[in-house]
Amino acid sequence: MSAASHLIIAPVLIPAVVAPFALLVMRRRRRVGVALSLFGCVAMLAAAIALMAQAQDDAIRVYAIGGWQPPFGIVLVLARLAAIMLVLAATLATLVMTHAVVTGLDRKGWHFHPMFQFQLLGLNGAFLTGDLFNLFVFFEVLLIASYGLMLHGQGTARLKAGVHYVVINIVGSTLFLIAMGLLYGLTGTLNMADMSLRVAALPAGDQGLLRAAALLLVAVFALKAAILPLHLWLPRTYAAAAPAVAALFAIMTKVGVYAIIRVVPLVFGADAGAAAWAPAPWLLPAALLTALVGFAGVLAGRTVREQAAYAVLASTGTLLSAVATWREDALAAALYYLPHSTLAGAALFLVADAIGRRRAGYADSAAPGPGFADRQAVAALFMLAAIGIVGLPPLSGFVGKLLILQSTFGADEAPWIWGTVLGTTLIGILGFARTGSAIFWKTEAANAASRSCTPGQADLIAPAAAIGLLGALTLGAGPVTEQAAAAAAQIIAPDRYIGAVLPRGAS
Amino acid sequence: MSLEFLVATAIGALTAGGIYLCLRARTFQVVLGLTLLSYAVNLFLFAMGRLIVDRPPLWSKTTTEYADPLPQALVLTAIVITFGMTALAVTLALRSFLESGTDQVDGSAEARAIDEEAKR
Repeated sequence: MSAASHLIIAPVLIPAVVAPFALLVMRRRRRVGVALSLFGCVAMLAAAIALMAQAQDDAIRVYAIGGWQPPFGIVLVLARLAAIMLVLAATLATLVMTHAVVTGLDRKGWHFHPMFQFQLLGLNGAFLTGDLFNLFVFFEVLLIASYGLMLHGQGTARLKAGVHYVVINIVGSTLFLIAMGLLYGLTGTLNMADMSLRVAALPAGDQGLLRAAALLLVAVFALKAAILPLHLWLPRTYAAAAPAVAALFAIMTKVGVYAIIRVVPLVFGADAGAAAWAPAPWLLPAALLTALVGFAGVLAGRTVREQAAYAVLASTGTLLSAVATWREDALAAALYYLPHSTLAGAALFLVADAIGRRRAGYADSAAPGPGFADRQAVAALFMLAAIGIVGLPPLSGFVGKLLILQSTFGADEAPWIWGTVLGTTLIGILGFARTGSAIFWKTEAANAASRSCTPGQADLIAPAAAIGLLGALTLGAGPVTEQAAAAAAQIIAPDRYIGAVLPRGAS
Repeated sequence: MSLEFLVATAIGALTAGGIYLCLRARTFQVVLGLTLLSYAVNLFLFAMGRLIVDRPPLWSKTTTEYADPLPQALVLTAIVITFGMTALAVTLALRSFLESGTDQVDGSAEARAIDEEAKR
């Protein structure tokens, strides 16, 4: 194998090596540890971009770990969808890491950098793996790291929300194991491509179990993606976590969406007997209700962080409503909206941090307080982030929502999707307008208890960069939509994925 | 009674107990519930390789019949992960108790008031 073909494992290997070294040097040489961690993020971004370039020839690359051939060994599979997710995760990680270092968040505990790297290890692994049990393991890795990151900085509110978050995810993992055990018991394989072939050949007696397993598995992914009615854990957790950590978590719900996009067409596609598209009728109503509840939460949120948490929920709902039609062009629109919604949600959390650091005593609550430093710059960033997440022109949210509307035009579900997407946008605008005017326009005379802090302008870099990326997504909408369309074409035709993983087409 | 009946009953009883305890209001009971659930899942995964008695899990040229080794490996991984998770949940529940003064899962002020009422 050439060096280029080994590159597939780099996004998993880099954080796995950086994390323990960062842990070792952190106590004695902080700066070295921080530099190592930042270097890890940048190296990961470089590897992800190189993999994206590799994926351009439309071939699906398979990396058999340890040389054990599928379906017996564990494989990493690089398709266009995985490459897009890798680039997105590495970009977001670099942004958030910069922000955490600049604002000193990483100094509030010892293990921020190692946990951050393990989180990335879990994310990248989940995007690349072609094995269902391996997906479970990477989910656990990213969850364990996220527990640590979520509690980073501590505080009573964070601990209370942390207990809920941990318990619900352990129950989720239990369900994942049950679904996976059922699928293994039925098909005798854990390799997703192999499973796809065997599911199609199951006898009639097993169809009921298969359907149960399919729905259970998708329910677990829906829990990770925080889709109604499994969304209740998200707002409290994200609003209680440190804003920079919550910004990284913006991609965690997208891992659930990724898993749904990866597994459903591949394993439970048209050939799957009783399980063929079994989750489809549930997914669309749930997604639409999620968007509705999310934007209602934006309207009701009392702090910018709470609003941002609900906005992440809402954007996942909007994203999945396009996915749930399972049409190629709608899937392409969703894959354009996915990077946008992740970056926009992260930008909003970072802006919330910038607001909170400047208003002592008021933090980021939507209440008028005394004037604070850099008010105009922060206000501009808040407005742009809000425009981005709600989906108004000129930023990429508008393009994304337009693509979703256009691609679902003429479908039976179109009235529901159009009504929800357009209606929730209006609710979102109202919500953010209320917060923005309370924080930036109304000011009270300063009282003795509250003083304005001036943390410098360095903490505006990361939010500005995130919004700059949204601008780049808008300007580069042509090439990005081409990428998304090509990725959607690969997803909707799983035969090529199966052919790449199992070249003999055997089993 | 067949082996299948025994294992199925055990999984069912563990799951029922686990779900009941998970829905309780105290963190310690919830942690116990999670542990029971993980036992149930481990048994379930193990049974997914079919219940076979007295066969080696390794393949060799002389054996014709062998037990499926993969679920055993899966259960091992699952045990390690749940062990770590349970340890984390216990620590977290303890910290939450020490910080909020109550072991109610919500850790709310009302729960604390009820606790103090009960002590009197």
